[in-house]
Amino acid sequence: MDDKTLIAKRVARELKNGDLVNLGIGLPTLVANHLPQGIEVYFQSENGIIGMSAVPGAGLIDDYLIDAGGIFVGALPGAATLDSSMSFSLIRGGHLDITVLGGLQVDEKGRLANWMIPGKMVPGMGGGMDLATGARRVIVSMTHAGKGGAKIVKECTLPLTSERRIDLVVTEMAVIEPTEQGLVLKERAPGVSINQIVAATEATLTIPDNVPEMAID
Amino acid sequence: MSKAISLTQAAEMIPDGATIMVGGFLAVGSPRRLLQELARQGRKHLTLITNDTSKPGVMGNALLIENKCVDHLIASHIGTNPETQRQMIAGELKVELCPQGSLVERIRAGGAGLGGVLTPTGVGTVAAEGKREMEIDGKKFLLESPLKADFALIGARRSDYRGNLDYALTARNFNPLMALAGATVIAEPNEIVPIGVIPPDEVVTPHVLVDYIIERRQSNGR
Repeated sequence: MDDKTLIAKRVARELKNGDLVNLGIGLPTLVANHLPQGIEVYFQSENGIIGMSAVPGAGLIDDYLIDAGGIFVGALPGAATLDSSMSFSLIRGGHLDITVLGGLQVDEKGRLANWMIPGKMVPGMGGGMDLATGARRVIVSMTHAGKGGAKIVKECTLPLTSERRIDLVVTEMAVIEPTEQGLVLKERAPGVSINQIVAATEATLTIPDNVPEMAID
Repeated sequence: MSKAISLTQAAEMIPDGATIMVGGFLAVGSPRRLLQELARQGRKHLTLITNDTSKPGVMGNALLIENKCVDHLIASHIGTNPETQRQMIAGELKVELCPQGSLVERIRAGGAGLGGVLTPTGVGTVAAEGKREMEIDGKKFLLESPLKADFALIGARRSDYRGNLDYALTARNFNPLMALAGATVIAEPNEIVPIGVIPPDEVVTPHVLVDYIIERRQSNGR
């Protein structure tokens, strides 16, 4: 199993029946392909739809039905379209159960930086700041370390997406839960040792006596 | 009195230096013919308030950027258009980035007679720079100012003869909010239908907000 599939499968296990879910662009969108059996959730895209699906078949693209990444999508029975004010009211107002976002850095306070690399990449925050601030649960899915080194760091050096403490980080090496006391190592990926995780992490991790392997299908 | 005007007339109404709001999300729901015509007429020094600047090769706001019609851009995302980023870095285009949910509420505030919006989004980030922070019931909020425009350019699915509008699927996005916040509102519908075809319950933007409807291309039934 490749790293991205592993991450997507593990994140998918966080979704509960009936959840309203917003998946960020990139790695997080893969989560939709790995829903556990028997779990039904509603996917929101912040450009204005609840209940989107993949395009149901060849030739069935609608010019007016896209997701927030500009990809043509379909809609399920019971879907609803929304204007942008309603869409972000759902996001900020505590109505969005889970958002899954990509990450550039997460720090010991559980703060996320994921939208900008000064001097290199200034795409704009889009809906990311609203999602990271307003969703009831924020799950960050990302590779554990990048070309520039550790991504789970003592303190974010990149511009923050939100001050809010996110709820869970899932990487190809570990599941980490930010708490008031700092980052707690909850699970390790199959075949990955605690020492390997610590070596790939700049932040201090709290390591419980028992750190089980990630449960994935 | 008919609100219908030609595409050329609609674009000519918007002078150099105007502030315009343009509906749409990655050009879905944008008034594409009007944007194309503005670019063709070589409009200059516009202030553009919009979610994004679309993608190169795609109709929509990208045409205004590529043709250097815009001096000042207020948007939430420019990552899909490298030309926008190039102009920003080169100092040719002033860009103000605003979180998407804050942007839409600023527009709504401008159109709804509100003095601003308090949002938790952006507190403690660069989006808070220059903005007042307020504490309400122990929680921190940013005061975001209202936005208005000289013109709101709206992409609709249908307009009836009077200017009642509805929208298709995710083409709704910013359009209904911008229709409140433009001093002059120009709608570009895909279809123009008799009054009553859009039932009252399905009217999203009421006709009183819409000043002009851009005529359809004359097809003579072909």
